[in-house]
Amino acid sequence: MAYKIITSQCTVCGACEFECPNAAITLKNDLYVINPKKCTECEGHFDVAQCAAVCPVPNTCVPA
Amino acid sequence: MAQLVGLETLMPTGAQDMRAALDEQGCSSSSCGSSSGPDDMPAEIWEKVKDHPCYSEEAHHYFARMHVAVAPACNIQCNYCNRKYDCANESRPGVVSEKLTPAQARRKVISVANEVPQLSVLGIAGPGDACYDWRKTRETFELISADIPDIKLCLSTNGLMLPDHVDEIERMNIDHVTITINMVDPEIGTKIYPWIFYQNRRWTGLDASKILHERQMLGLEMLTARGILTKINSVMIPGVNDEHLMEVNRVVKSKGAFLHNIMPLISDPAHGTHYGLTGQRGPRAMELKALQDKLSDGTKLMRHCRQCRADAVGLLGEDRGQEFTMDLVADEVEYDPTKRETYREVVAEERGQHIAARQKGDVALASVEADQAMLVAVATKGGGRINQHFGHAKEFQVYEVSPAGVTFVGHRKTDQYCEGGWGEDATLDGVIEALEGVRVVLCAKIGDCPRESLSAAGIEATDAFAHDWIEAGISSWYAQEHASQARQIA
Repeated sequence: MAYKIITSQCTVCGACEFECPNAAITLKNDLYVINPKKCTECEGHFDVAQCAAVCPVPNTCVPA
Repeated sequence: MAQLVGLETLMPTGAQDMRAALDEQGCSSSSCGSSSGPDDMPAEIWEKVKDHPCYSEEAHHYFARMHVAVAPACNIQCNYCNRKYDCANESRPGVVSEKLTPAQARRKVISVANEVPQLSVLGIAGPGDACYDWRKTRETFELISADIPDIKLCLSTNGLMLPDHVDEIERMNIDHVTITINMVDPEIGTKIYPWIFYQNRRWTGLDASKILHERQMLGLEMLTARGILTKINSVMIPGVNDEHLMEVNRVVKSKGAFLHNIMPLISDPAHGTHYGLTGQRGPRAMELKALQDKLSDGTKLMRHCRQCRADAVGLLGEDRGQEFTMDLVADEVEYDPTKRETYREVVAEERGQHIAARQKGDVALASVEADQAMLVAVATKGGGRINQHFGHAKEFQVYEVSPAGVTFVGHRKTDQYCEGGWGEDATLDGVIEALEGVRVVLCAKIGDCPRESLSAAGIEATDAFAHDWIEAGISSWYAQEHASQARQIA
């Protein structure tokens, strides 16, 4: 029940961090990572995972 | 203030004034038409644009801007944008080498202000959207205004989140906002925008373009209502929105936009954009000019846009960004206003001389018996003079001259992307191609070889007007040209 970021494709724009309702996404060593303990796949907040919906690169925020 | 003020009317000259007077349809008499320059527009508007290189063609000879890339997140996808792209040798919108935090941006801006006296404007213009990534935009502007109170703040946005922040934009004294509007018909939008992110979901197709269009119009109307100057950028995409931009121009003008800037699509498979990969071409220089001419009726367009990098530093035609990368910026910086203040005094004096020279040139032109308008290319390093060596010019400024006066019509870039390895001949061929339609090149110096090659291509090149004011040099050349033609006929 969590998403992950494929870092090799990530542009580090930070839109996902901005949208995450759980503050599960943080910048670590210049890369964004999702804390699986905090990620709820946006269930209870929104119909779709916000990180995946806003990410500009296809298939980069994906279910872990 | 529902009128669009043309760049030409910002420039004080006799012939310009006459044309401005003819073009006043829709203008209230209180706001334009009097005798000279700054008086052609309400004083408060001239005050806002006179030092802004992007809003005033005249100012761009003297003043510099810098962009800081602090707001990298974006909420829409455009078919001309690939968010992964970064190359230090590229110069085009959205391209940037390092993203900054607001605190880093403050150090960088202060370092530049201490070294580059021409600096007048700080802009946030991607990559990403300044209004979507609003917290970072706001923090950056607040930090820097505290140190440099007189720096002009400027931001660029796709408009989707603009209506939510107009009140703060007004409060923070951000008096220049650019909205990129490529369509006013959502059907056309579907060919430009594959998706947008709005109200916690992704929208595609017609829905996406409808929402974007409505938000852009709302944002523009709100800015106009608050007297904030708005520039509309439109990307000209041949076969997609090129003809439609006439309608875009009409609509944004009716909603109070101050300037309309038509930019050519930059498209290359190597950029990895949708348009690049699908072979969508950009317009040629003469196609762009033809559209601008159709739209302008002599006014209302910005023609000196350089489509600069999102981290550009310097005068519009140059980029000194590489001198101010974060590894070169000191950890502790303090703003020293001396250089900027001195420069402003010099510019005030130079501008007076420049205006006088233009007026003299216009008088000379008015007596020339000819009706043919000609395109003249100028090599300049800035300051409003013909002062660059032909071989050093990476771009030429193009003016149209006729007995009615000298009008700036655009610039032609001559440097190709990642040119290394090309022979000199190939480069010169590229220059000749870029100068399509131009009759003469005025420069500070030119060698015999390139002069002969240009001549073979039907383009005259001369250094006879080296270091003259641009408009004065062009007027003199035009007058001489017609005098010699008259002799030949006689």
